Amino acid sequence: MANLKTTFAGIECINPFWLASAPPTNCGEQVMRAFDAGWGGAVWKTIGEPITNVSSRYSSVDWAGQRMMGLNNIELISDRPIEVNLAEIAEVKRRYPKHVVIASLMVESRRDVWHEMVKRAEDAGSDGLELNFGCPHGMSERGMGSAVGQVPEYAQMITEWVKEVARTPVLVKLTPNITDIRLVARAAKQGGADALSAINTINSITGIDLDTFTPRPNVDGKSSHGGYCGPAVKPIALNMVQSVMADPASVLPMSAIGGIGSWRDAAEFLLVGAGTVQVCTAVMHYGYRIVEDMIDGLSQWMDEKGFSTLDDFRGLSLPRVTEWKHLNLNYKIVAQIDESLCIGCDLCHIACWDGAHQCIHTDRVSGPVDGHVEVHRKPMEAVHATMSSIAVTRIPKMDPPAVSQGHYKAPLARIPRVDETECVGCNLCSLVCPVEDCITMKEVPVGLAPETWEERTAKLGIVEQC
Amino acid sequence: MGTAFTPHAGITARFPELKPALTPQAAMVEANRCLNCFDAPCTSACPTHIDVPRFIKKIASGNVAGSARSILEANVLGGSCARVCPVEVLCEGSCVMHHRAEKPIMIGRLQRYAMDNFYGRGLQIPVRQRPELPLRVACVGGGPASLGCAAELRQAGVQVTVFDKRDLAGGLNTYGVAEYKLRVSESLREIEAIQSMGVEILQREIGLEDFATLEREFDAIFLGVGLGEMHRLRIPGGEAGVMDALDLIAGYKTGEVLSVGRTVAVIGCGNTAIDAAVASKRLGADEVHIVYRRGPEEMSAFGFEYEHALQEGVKFLWWRQPIALEAGTLLCAETSINEAGELVVGEMRTQLTAEVVVPAIGQSPLAEWLSSVKGIQFAKGRVVVDRATGATSHAKYFAGGDCVNGGREVVDAVADGKRAARGIAAALGVMEVAHG
Repeated sequence: MANLKTTFAGIECINPFWLASAPPTNCGEQVMRAFDAGWGGAVWKTIGEPITNVSSRYSSVDWAGQRMMGLNNIELISDRPIEVNLAEIAEVKRRYPKHVVIASLMVESRRDVWHEMVKRAEDAGSDGLELNFGCPHGMSERGMGSAVGQVPEYAQMITEWVKEVARTPVLVKLTPNITDIRLVARAAKQGGADALSAINTINSITGIDLDTFTPRPNVDGKSSHGGYCGPAVKPIALNMVQSVMADPASVLPMSAIGGIGSWRDAAEFLLVGAGTVQVCTAVMHYGYRIVEDMIDGLSQWMDEKGFSTLDDFRGLSLPRVTEWKHLNLNYKIVAQIDESLCIGCDLCHIACWDGAHQCIHTDRVSGPVDGHVEVHRKPMEAVHATMSSIAVTRIPKMDPPAVSQGHYKAPLARIPRVDETECVGCNLCSLVCPVEDCITMKEVPVGLAPETWEERTAKLGIVEQC
Repeated sequence: MGTAFTPHAGITARFPELKPALTPQAAMVEANRCLNCFDAPCTSACPTHIDVPRFIKKIASGNVAGSARSILEANVLGGSCARVCPVEVLCEGSCVMHHRAEKPIMIGRLQRYAMDNFYGRGLQIPVRQRPELPLRVACVGGGPASLGCAAELRQAGVQVTVFDKRDLAGGLNTYGVAEYKLRVSESLREIEAIQSMGVEILQREIGLEDFATLEREFDAIFLGVGLGEMHRLRIPGGEAGVMDALDLIAGYKTGEVLSVGRTVAVIGCGNTAIDAAVASKRLGADEVHIVYRRGPEEMSAFGFEYEHALQEGVKFLWWRQPIALEAGTLLCAETSINEAGELVVGEMRTQLTAEVVVPAIGQSPLAEWLSSVKGIQFAKGRVVVDRATGATSHAKYFAGGDCVNGGREVVDAVADGKRAARGIAAALGVMEVAHG
C-alpha cells in the first residue's frame, strides 16, 4: 500500500493534501473538521491587521451547464483579530499535533511589524509561515500582497526580515500576476526562503451582468477586479510551477496551488516537482469530504504504478518538459478513427475542416477512400444535401425496415475517414470526439532520424558557412 | 377564422398533458447535454429538417426567442409538431446518444419549451421583407399541409388563401390529435400566428363546381385535402352503437362527446385506434378492447403508443375479426395466416360486450371527387406528385399531405406543403426561393 507521508521543508506531513489559505481555513472549528475529514495540513486564512470585507465577494464562470469552472473573489485577509486567530491555531495544534498548521501572514511592509508577527505566529505553535505576497485585490492597493510579490526586491527584502527571526520554515507564496514568475521565486530564494507556494489567484473580471451592465461580483452597483482560481486556472498553475521547479535559481520545496480538485490534479503537480498541494475552490464547492478520494485515488494510482512513496515519482515529468526547439521534427502521428466505436456525430469532421487541416472527410461511401485524388465534399455541401433530402416518418406497415448497419453504430456515410497523407497529427479531432478511444493518434514511421529545430538550423548554418 | 373556441373544462381535466413542459432549469440542463453534432442525424431525420442542434444551443445560450425563430424557419407548425411528433422514430430516434449509453436528447420537449416561450411572449412569426407579388395561390384544405404551404408562400411574397370546410381551421391538427398531446387551443394559437403572416383563411367548403372559379382567380392551387371518410365496418348490425374513431376524437376534443359506454371495442390497431381507445378510458369506460385481426408484430401503431395504451389499461384482442354486432355484443371470428401467407377466418367465435364499437380501420381516399378535376393523376387513391416540388400532372395543381402520402404524420404534411410552396414559387417564376 502506498505511503503518502512526506516531509516538506523539514515539516512532517501525514499526507500531501493541505487546505490553501482561504475561507475553508478561516477558523479553528473549520480546520479541525477538515483534519477529521482527512486533510493533512491547513494554511490558515491570512493573518494581519483585521480588515473590513464587502458583500458580495465571489463570482464564478459556469461552462456548458457546469458550475464554477472558475471562481473569483474580492475577499481580503482575515477579518478577525490577530489574537483570536493565534489562540485558535494554538488550540488546533494542541488537539491535532500530527497535522500541519501553517500561518499565512500579511502585514505592513515594516521590518519591526513583520518581526513581531512572525514571533507571535510561531509562539502560537504554527509549523511554518507562509508569506502572502500574492493577494491581487484590495490588499495590493495598501502596499501589501501582490504589491510586494510583483517587485522582486521587495519580496527579497521582506523574506530576509522574516528569516532574521523565524524558527520555523518560511514559504513565500508567489503571485501569477507577473510576466515571469521565476523572477520573484529567485528573489525569495535569495532572501533565504525555505520553500515556495504557487500560484496565488489571477487578476480577473469573471463576467458582466447583461441587464445591469455591472461586472460580477456586484457591490452596490460596482465591482472590482478579483482573484481567479478553480479548475480553469490549473493549466496556468501547472506551467508556472513547472517553470519554477525547472529553474535552478528558483527551485525550492514547492507547495503547489491552482485548480487542484482531484487526486489526478495532485499527481500532476507532484510529477512536476511539488512537495505538497493546496486546495481551496474544490472544497468551497463540495466541502472537506473530497479529500477522501484524493487520498484513496492517489494511493490506488501509486499502487498500480508501483510507487511506494511520493518521492518515487516526484518530479518525474520535469525532464519531459523542454523548449520547443528540442522537439523531434521527424516524429509523425496521424488520427485513426475506430469505425466500430464511432457514433456519427461528425464533430471531428467539422473541427478538422474549420479548425485544423481539412483532412477528415465524410465521403466514405461516395468516392475513393484515400490516395492523392481529392474527392471530398465540403461541409456545407453535406448540409445542403441534408436540407434538400426528402425524409418521411417511417410507418411500420407502410415502409420497409431500416437497412441494417452491420456491426457499426452509425451509418457508414456518417463515419468520417482520415486522409492520412494530409493529417498533420494535431490531435484536435481526438480532443473533440465525445467517445473514449474512438479517435487515437497512431505513430507513422517516417524513416528519418530524430531531428530538432535547433539541430536543423545548426546544420543549415553549416551549409550557409560553406 | 371560424368561430371562437372555448375548451370544455371537464375534458381538459380528464386529458392532462402526457409530457409536461420543461422548466427553464430542466431545459438548460438538457440543452447543454446535446453534443451539437455536425450535419446532425436528428435534423436529417426530421421531415421538415429543423436544424435541431442550432435551436437547442440557442436555448443553452439563453437566446430562446432565436431558438423558436430557427424552428419556425423550417417548420411553421413547430409548436404542435413538438407535441405530436413521434420523436421516438424521428429526431430522438436518430440521436447519437443512443450509441453513447445515454438517453437521447429530449428534442421534442426542448422544441416545445422554445415554442411555448415564443408564443407566451406574444412574439410574431418573422416574415421576410419581400415585395408583395401580384400572385395568388389557393390552398384547399386547412390542415398542416396547406398551412405549411401557405406560410412558406407568404415568405416568398405570394398572396395565399386557405379554404377550410370545418368550423375551426387546422384539420386533423385541431380535430384529430389526442388532447393529452395537443390541445385544440394550442393548434388554434398557431393558426392565428400564421394568419398574422398575412395568410387568409376562409371557412368555406370547396366543391367540385368551385374548381373552375379557383383556376380563374388563382395562379396555382395547392391540394391539401387529406383523406376522406373513415372506412365503415361492413358487418351485420354495424350501424347502431358505432362511432368512428375520428368522430370520437373530434367529438370529445370539441366538448360534444363527453362519455362513451361502459364497454368499448375499438377495431384496428393503428395510432388512431390507440388514441380512440385511450380516450374511451379517459371518458369513463370500464372495459376497452382493441380488436385486431392480426398479431402484435403487424400492428401499424408505434411501439411507444402500444405501451401507452397498456399503461392506460386498454386490453388487446389479437387475431380476431368482427363479423356481427347485435345488442351490445360484438361477435368476432378467430383469424390466422395460412400456408400461402393469407389471412383466413376460422371457425372459433368470441363474444365481446361492447356498448360502443369504434372502427379505426383507416380512411378512404378522396379520389372520388378529386379524380374528376381534369388531368390530375391518381394511384391507389393518392394524388401522384413530384416529391421534390409537389407538382401534379396538371400544371396549375400542386398537392401534399395525407392525400399524397396516404396518411402520415403532421410533420410529413408540413414538409410536403413546404416543398410544394417552393415548387409553386419556382413554377410562378418567383426568384430567390427560400431555402433552409
